[in-house]
Amino acid sequence: MKKKYSIFSLIKNAFSYHENWEKAWKDPTPKKEYDAVIVGGGGHGLATAYYLAKKHNMKNIAVVEKGWIGGGNTGRNTTIIRSNYLWDASAGLYDHALKIWEGLSQELNYNVMFSQRGVMNLAHNLQDVRDLKRRTHANRLNGIDAVYLSTEEVKKFCPIINTSPDIRYPVLGGTLQRRAGTARHDAVAWGYARGADEMGVDIIQNCEVKGIKRNGDAVEGLETTKGFIKTKKIGVVAAGHSSVIANMAGIRLPLESKPLQALVSEPVKPIIDTVVMSNAVHAYVSQSDKGELVIGAGTDDYVSYSQKGSHDIVEGTLNAILELYPIFSRMRMLRQWGGIVDICPDASPIISKTMIKGLYFNCGWGTGGFKATPGSGDLFAHTIANDEPHKLNAAFNLNRFVSGDLVDEHGAAAVAH
Amino acid sequence: MFVISCPYCGEREQSEFKAGGEAHIERPKQPTELSDDEWAEYLFMRKNIKGIQYERWNHAHGCRKWFNMVRDTSNDEIKAVYKMGEKPPSV
Repeated sequence: MKKKYSIFSLIKNAFSYHENWEKAWKDPTPKKEYDAVIVGGGGHGLATAYYLAKKHNMKNIAVVEKGWIGGGNTGRNTTIIRSNYLWDASAGLYDHALKIWEGLSQELNYNVMFSQRGVMNLAHNLQDVRDLKRRTHANRLNGIDAVYLSTEEVKKFCPIINTSPDIRYPVLGGTLQRRAGTARHDAVAWGYARGADEMGVDIIQNCEVKGIKRNGDAVEGLETTKGFIKTKKIGVVAAGHSSVIANMAGIRLPLESKPLQALVSEPVKPIIDTVVMSNAVHAYVSQSDKGELVIGAGTDDYVSYSQKGSHDIVEGTLNAILELYPIFSRMRMLRQWGGIVDICPDASPIISKTMIKGLYFNCGWGTGGFKATPGSGDLFAHTIANDEPHKLNAAFNLNRFVSGDLVDEHGAAAVAH
Repeated sequence: MFVISCPYCGEREQSEFKAGGEAHIERPKQPTELSDDEWAEYLFMRKNIKGIQYERWNHAHGCRKWFNMVRDTSNDEIKAVYKMGEKPPSV
């Protein structure tokens, strides 16, 4: 049993200069066989393992991660959480996640710094206005909090926005989801890892999957850089590398992996206390607790696994940011990085069984997977444990690309694909 | 960002080009006879290779012509560029 984190443990450990904290998770060598193995130790993978152990009593499981946990897209996103998606299926999926976020720090005994500071989406032309009003109505029919704001209300909610009518793309209005916000992305991975480890899950880092062994139509195990691991159930949560793992198993996915960039500025005093996103000009910005502006750019249009993107994408985003927030004109950017996102043709994820028995995929989150981390893990764990999807992820199956029953969320995905 | 050698215009910045995805996906000759599975393969399923990929590009802000490229997607190194209709080079 792990010691609970509390104000008392903080004080106690202060006396030993914080040098004797118990390790949050072990560093085990892989066993010969597991009941299930999760490929990918990001937030989604660790959450999957956590809920498999907690809700489905599967304790003899492992998470294999080729690098270190949370070192991929979990640590590279812009930490935005919201559930204001258009279609019923997506509303169910993302709001399920948002509801778990609201109690996650308490559940994990780990402060994920979830902050419901609101997310505002701006409209810059008449079609944006119509689309955002429609989405607001759809959200409210699905029980998701959403309000439509006039230009004056946008200005009141976030005074530093330039709402002058003579800018290139004037702000005509916007939507606001107050329950939305941000969280500390690393803490989500670490909190789930600590929770899963406590229930007996083996978290194996620096262990890259090299092959998937099949016996006819069923999986038998994984070839890894730490040897062969036997298992009848493999849950792949490998984000940008999902197609690479799928190729090992001999199946194809409807994914393209592309670089998505983000950047942060030098830290400054509090200036923006919400998250503002704009689809049309492609700029979104929030401020971290350290004071840095956190800015998300768009994807490049070519397939790449290089974790770097094009300079002109960053330039375009910063142009838009400067037009919307003239106050940032002399801010200096500190860091810029890229992550590889797995994009589905309909901008919705895949949480699904495959034609191979015991092989499950949770992928296709594209540019917006972080917000869904707890819900995605919960529903993927259900799918793996019961060998059938939960009703909330039934629509997000792989077969939708054959049936044509797509969940088109290009409008709500916020980052233009 | 990288420099692309357009087969018609020569070396230009990559920002002048538009990527067109995986190359050599042939349009079905008898669309009416395709099953749903075959349509899904044609429309949606992609190799999405980490490594040597054959792909289409368009010189959108230049000559506006389409051409093919062989590129290593793990490090964005361009291996070959060839015109539409030409035999894909082996690299």
